[in-house]
Amino acid sequence: MLIRLNVNGEWREADVWPGSSLLAMLRDDLGLWGTKNACEQGECGSCSVWLDGDLVCSCLVLAAQAEGRMVETVESLGREGALHPVQAAFLEAGAVQCGFCTPGFEVAVADLLRHDAHPTDETIREALSGNLCRCTGYQKIVDAVHVAADRMGEVAP
Amino acid sequence: MQFFRPSSLREALEIRAAHPEAMPIAGGTDLMVEVNFGRRRPGGFLDVSRLPELREIRREGRTVRLGAGVPYARIIRELPGQVALTQAARTVGSPQIRTRGTVGGNLGTGSPAGDALPVLAAYDARVVLASATGTRTLPWHDFLLGPKRTALAPDELIVATEWEAADGPGSFSKVGTRNAMVIAIAGLSLQLDGAARRVRVALGSVGPTILRAPEAEAFGAGVLDEAGAWSDPRARVPEDAMARFGELVAEAARPIDDVRGTAAYRRHACRVLARRALAWALDDRRAAAMEAAS
Ligand SMILES: Cc1cc2nc3c(=O)[nH]c(=O)nc-3n(C[C@H](O)[C@H](O)[C@H](O)COP(=O)(O)OP(=O)(O)OC[C@H]3O[C@@H](n4cnc5c(N)ncnc54)[C@H](O)[C@@H]3O)c2cc1C
Ligand code: FES
Ligand code: FES
Repeated sequence: MLIRLNVNGEWREADVWPGSSLLAMLRDDLGLWGTKNACEQGECGSCSVWLDGDLVCSCLVLAAQAEGRMVETVESLGREGALHPVQAAFLEAGAVQCGFCTPGFEVAVADLLRHDAHPTDETIREALSGNLCRCTGYQKIVDAVHVAADRMGEVAP
Repeated sequence: MQFFRPSSLREALEIRAAHPEAMPIAGGTDLMVEVNFGRRRPGGFLDVSRLPELREIRREGRTVRLGAGVPYARIIRELPGQVALTQAARTVGSPQIRTRGTVGGNLGTGSPAGDALPVLAAYDARVVLASATGTRTLPWHDFLLGPKRTALAPDELIVATEWEAADGPGSFSKVGTRNAMVIAIAGLSLQLDGAARRVRVALGSVGPTILRAPEAEAFGAGVLDEAGAWSDPRARVPEDAMARFGELVAEAARPIDDVRGTAAYRRHACRVLARRALAWALDDRRAAAMEAAS
């Protein structure tokens, strides 16, 4: 079935199987490989995207449910040479090892900072409880959130 | 495989009648796991996630009516007065799960570990079902029939749940291996109702379906009566009565051993959770009375 949705400000369409997830459509049909597939059961958060502004696991949304809606992926944050402050903070704080969880974490962190500009450690850990990292032990990710929050606080009016 | 995207409840119910093979899908947080792993291959999907009738929260007098399609994140924001329910909503999965998952889906799955379900039981909630030919309202215990078995007919949709807001504090607590993203090993919801002088307790994950603890409830109400705590919230309930309450709740459990925990551990968890929940509720009433007096 033909699905049309707005991804990162651009209307895109693809012919997908009705049982196909939004994650599969983003990666396999639209070539947006930043959004990762690690579990397909909502446990790891590496497929995190925004759907109409809400943070969701794209593996648990049918592509067909996203018809006509706004999707933002990790690619909307920044690119090489023009990193989003959250992405820059992950590099700076050493919050990236193998990198597989990183896109999902960055989306979840950006979502957290949209709602809470200066989160406490406890708030950060709760907000990131849906994202798994098998490498870093999380502390450096928490550090990165503080770096990003400080940095974004400086530029905001 | 067909995909239906109705824009009104009426249209959805017509599709449901004509295409019973199409599975309703709301947040997809239960169903998509099955689909992604090929454990379930529905004949089609009926997307109920955009039906405006299912996304409403209404209050009329003491009655709260929660649309089946309201996600947990909205429950937390919009129903802060329903403390037990918002506490349960906050423990569901992760932020990503709470933006999508719904109480309608929790009911639809009907797992004894569904975190919203003990709360609905402690609220004495009703489940509102609709088909193209009419509406029926069932008490929660006539809807949840067994492990993942419900009274939903193939031509019906869950529209809402409703209950009378109780006059008193309530809570939800659960035991699991971590604070987030965990299927409960045991879950408990307690609701005090000062106007009716009743204590209501419901248990999750410790039986084939959600269980109430009627003997413990009667004992608890009696103990508060004897202590004079219904009329004077500052009155103390004796410690041995609190402990006995916990034991009676644990006796109502019908747990089994499984990968998440043993029956003995679950029973113990019920005892601890029940005693604590009653203490919290009494503290809350006491604090509210002191505040009103000052
Ligand atoms: C990572 C993860 C963590 C989780 N953690 C928890 C947790 O801590 N506690 C917990 O209780 N659950 C948890 N769950 C399970 C799930 O999130 C909940 O059961 C949720 O309430 C399901 O709602 P949904 O809208 O996503 O349901 P869906 O997956 O859309 O549907 C579930 C079932 O209900 C049916 N259904 C849905 N809506 C209707 C309707 N209106 N009428 C008729 N039938 C309907 C569907 O056909 C399907 O059978 C978790 C799931 C995941 C993936
Ligand atoms: S791939 Fe979606 S949560 Fe893991
Ligand atoms: S950096 Fe490897 S999983 Fe997180």
